[in-house]
Amino acid sequence: MGVWSQVVGQPDAVRVLGTAAVAARGLVDGTGTAAGMTHAWLFTGPPGSGRSVAARAFAAALQCTTPGEPGCGECQGCHTSMSGTHADVRMVVPEGLSISVAEMRALVQTSARRPTGGRWQVVIITDADRLTEGAANALLKAVEEPPARTVFLLCAPSDHPDDVSVTIRSRCRAIALRTPAAPAIAEVLRLRDGVDTDTAAWAASVSGGHVGRARRLATDPAARDRRAKVLRIPLHLRRLSDVFDCADDLVKAAETDASEVSGTRDEAERDALKTALGHGGTGKGAASATRGSAGAIKELEKRQKSRATRTQRDALDLALVDLAGFYRDVLVTHAGASVALNHPDHAEGSAQAAGSWTPESTLRRLEAVLACREALEQNVKPRIAIEAMVSAMHFG
Amino acid sequence: MSSPSVTPAPLQLVLGEEELLVERAVRAALETARLADASADLTRIRVSELTAPELAELVSPSLFAEGRVIVLDAAHEATQDIAALVISYAKQPAEGIVLAVVHNGGGRKPGKDVVAAMRKAGAVVTECAKITKAAEREGFVRNEIRQAGGRTDPAAVAALIDSVGSDLRELAAAAQQLVADTAGAVTEEAVRRYHRGRADVTGFAVAEKAVTGDTAGALEALRWAMQTGVPHVLVADALADAVRTVARVAGAGRADPFRLAGELGMPAWKVKKALAQARGWKPRALGEAIRITAQVNADVKGMAADADYALERAVLGIARAQRSDH
Repeated sequence: MGVWSQVVGQPDAVRVLGTAAVAARGLVDGTGTAAGMTHAWLFTGPPGSGRSVAARAFAAALQCTTPGEPGCGECQGCHTSMSGTHADVRMVVPEGLSISVAEMRALVQTSARRPTGGRWQVVIITDADRLTEGAANALLKAVEEPPARTVFLLCAPSDHPDDVSVTIRSRCRAIALRTPAAPAIAEVLRLRDGVDTDTAAWAASVSGGHVGRARRLATDPAARDRRAKVLRIPLHLRRLSDVFDCADDLVKAAETDASEVSGTRDEAERDALKTALGHGGTGKGAASATRGSAGAIKELEKRQKSRATRTQRDALDLALVDLAGFYRDVLVTHAGASVALNHPDHAEGSAQAAGSWTPESTLRRLEAVLACREALEQNVKPRIAIEAMVSAMHFG
Repeated sequence: MSSPSVTPAPLQLVLGEEELLVERAVRAALETARLADASADLTRIRVSELTAPELAELVSPSLFAEGRVIVLDAAHEATQDIAALVISYAKQPAEGIVLAVVHNGGGRKPGKDVVAAMRKAGAVVTECAKITKAAEREGFVRNEIRQAGGRTDPAAVAALIDSVGSDLRELAAAAQQLVADTAGAVTEEAVRRYHRGRADVTGFAVAEKAVTGDTAGALEALRWAMQTGVPHVLVADALADAVRTVARVAGAGRADPFRLAGELGMPAWKVKKALAQARGWKPRALGEAIRITAQVNADVKGMAADADYALERAVLGIARAQRSDH
């Protein structure tokens, strides 16, 4: 099974990337020309379409050493690239709210090195939309004209490449990924994760084309529960006090997620940093060794806080996307359009809602959900934003 | 040698964090000691800076037997060793020496042991707990005025606290000054003649007026709050909190405040207040008010060009929603 099998439901992108990998191999061997291969790529696509997976598969194909079609999935190059341990494949996965300029400057330095394996130096930036303006500018020079064997792979969750600043975009070759079809997702869940056929089909149908979400729903009962709870909200807002109970549930669940992450990692990270800075030592000079280390610890705490905020927002966002999908289903049902529903398993609920709400009020509710997503991005307190949304959902 | 008419208590314990009251207690201790011996001198030292030999030197009788007042500040920071020394001294205080221990009432065990030992040894205890309640503050002001030889009434006290703020030092100074200026009769009119404006306007005061539909009062409070530098974000949060509380209480319907308090996870006084504020609110208007508070929360975090204006608009909107009929 080659590396491309991981890229779900994207035949067009796989074809382009495969051709490029062949051309890249020609360059390494000294037999081919550069036709088909480029030094910088921009992967765009809706969330869950597998941008970073596609980028990683492409990196594996570039590092593949098996003769024949590049990207065998079995040689050392493919294997280590896919698992993220290849020496010449660098992944930048932002955990905080944005990618800082300092991080990018360091990355530019390492990207200028020659590949240790003699093939390609690959830099993958997942979520390039989180580059701050300064960070994007620091990257410009390197992306425009990297050393001969360096390849930049940028990924951005978007239907449109416009979300990445024009200066970066114009230096990259764009690969647009589309929402994978439900059967393709079900197939990959069955083959790769060993999920049974029924569950795989169900998870694929309710995931809205998000591969990772489908896998989570298929394998994690807690995620299924959470989704069911969220989708129960629209039809259970009878009284004003329900608004606050529902909002409270949503916010609490997100806070739990964030505190789980920080609970498992914050303390260990702080201890590791303190040890590295020489805290807890005894004997002569131990006290002076730790002088000036408070700043570094503060910095770490700031990063951890940023990560916690991100986790909380991501958890809320999942719920909001599910809610938006539900209201879309209500509109679709009302209009009698013959398109697939986002939540086919809640068709009864959306039909019931379509019978009792006017399309205008459904649309107002949908707008409230979208406005809430925007408000969260604008740093509004989650509780306040969610309460405003749920009360708008209640009144319609 | 004349015999002293008063004998100062050899052990004094000053408990609490209210700085002004602590200072007064220390000064009172010194003054009483000076009544007994005019040449008594004062030594103040933080317990954390004290060493065992220093303490021994301070409390040992001197050659000329002059009076001494020793103030040990921040006794809550005491370590085990120093605490043991102070305790052992408290059991057998030396003549002519006044030892005053200042302790904030909290802290770790060694410090608390000192407090217990001082009490047991019969120390004079002066309580200087932080004044947090409005009634206590009013009592303090009334007392200040009386002590300075003036008379006052509740309206004047309220007006003085409104315009001076909650800092005890400032209140005490203002009270004494007013007594001196008015020849004793501190009336509301007199207070208004010398003090203008408002010192402490919190976001909660603004929000309280806004949710009761008092447009003029809310706007006035908001302007004062902006004037005294209350951060915009705090006012916006207070507005959201007030609207949420009203909405939760209104949504729960008529019920016993104490039962509601348990259900909603709020203190009973808050529920009681909110029940009164919830009168006149219609459900849809509450929905609108919640929307406004979410909007203003984004506004004060950089979405609006002018955060002052955004807050004023929100206050107006909430007050208007309160008066609307649907």
